[in-house]
Amino acid sequence: MQHTTTSQTIGPYWHLLEDSSWQDLTRFGADGEVIHVTGHVLDGSGTPLADACVEIWQSSPPASQSFTGFGRSATDATGTFHFTTIKPQPVPGPGNASQAPHLALTIMARGLLFHLSTRLYFADDPANADDPILSLIESPERRATLLARQTAPGTWSLDIHLQGDAETVFLEI
Amino acid sequence: MNFSNTVFRAYAPGTQPDNNTPAYRSTQWRHPARALLKIPQTLTELTGPRFSPTQFPPIENMAMHAGREALGERIIVAGHVRDEDGMPVAGTMLEIWQANAAGRYNHARDTHDAPLDQNFTGAGRVFTDADGGYRFVTIKPGAYPWGNHPNAWRPNHIHFSLFGPGYATRLITQMYFPGDPLLSLDPIFQATADVAARNRLVSSFDLALTQPDHALGYRFDIVLRGRLATPMEE
Ligand SMILES: [Fe+2]
Repeated sequence: MQHTTTSQTIGPYWHLLEDSSWQDLTRFGADGEVIHVTGHVLDGSGTPLADACVEIWQSSPPASQSFTGFGRSATDATGTFHFTTIKPQPVPGPGNASQAPHLALTIMARGLLFHLSTRLYFADDPANADDPILSLIESPERRATLLARQTAPGTWSLDIHLQGDAETVFLEI
Repeated sequence: MNFSNTVFRAYAPGTQPDNNTPAYRSTQWRHPARALLKIPQTLTELTGPRFSPTQFPPIENMAMHAGREALGERIIVAGHVRDEDGMPVAGTMLEIWQANAAGRYNHARDTHDAPLDQNFTGAGRVFTDADGGYRFVTIKPGAYPWGNHPNAWRPNHIHFSLFGPGYATRLITQMYFPGDPLLSLDPIFQATADVAARNRLVSSFDLALTQPDHALGYRFDIVLRGRLATPMEE
């Protein structure tokens, strides 16, 4: 058996792949509740990452010709990423559990040799209480690092802290 | 409820780099200090985006731009994308980016004083065929200096991005060239403990792939996570 190829950093020049159209998951004509998802990516000294690549993947609504379920956003000088997408529904989880609506997030940047995985949940959703993944996090403060807040109608915000007191819960998947 | 898929295998110990690698200075404030939270793979991790060449047109010849030849040594890069069991990963998208022959990226933030080449953008995109095979034509990238430590130079490399069958198979990597003296000095290449694993990032010169009177061939095979034999749902 061959082992999986070794990961290397995306580096500072990945922007050759960048296309701002990737930030809009509704661009192929998807139907549903359109939301905006935004936030900052910050390092352990509180400095925003101006060269990060943030990707989202959602298994709900199911991918189709009009909805790829995938987005990519560069962070700007203030470390801000931004997506326009369709609000996900609950999805099946392990056993008979149902997972609360969520987005999978991948963070890649210079200084990250292996990409970071996390999730974004929607803070006001009662389904969060029974979510099998959130339930793995004992500390309410730590769990809160995955909960996006609605900062304006239809706009959800979550900051990603790579390190420090507010360090985001990153996932091994 | 049933998942038709089984879960992806864990990475073999030592075959992936540690984000906490002090010799690579940019990791200092960017690596998480806490352990990752291991979660079961669910529908979200087992499925992933699909890209079609219709929606995302391939760019298979990076050595030409707007009908004009880029400067530098033209090369052919080809290989297979397979999973750990050797099964081909068909129809998956590879994104490629790199410096030009002089070691300069076509990027505003690259301040290296090597010349830009107006006939080289340094970005490509290809899809694997039914056997997992891929191929593109480009220019051999130059080495370039970086600020990690005094007189630091990155070895010649091409960046690769792959998706594979699920969100959990995402891979960002770099392909290197055989015999590069900078490899032993590069903290990014050296960050992976398993020597055999990191050496698999070095492509091999392939005379069979080399096209007479045209371009040298380099082979670079890529392995994505395979699936465990046991289903996740009993
Ligand atoms: Fe590079």
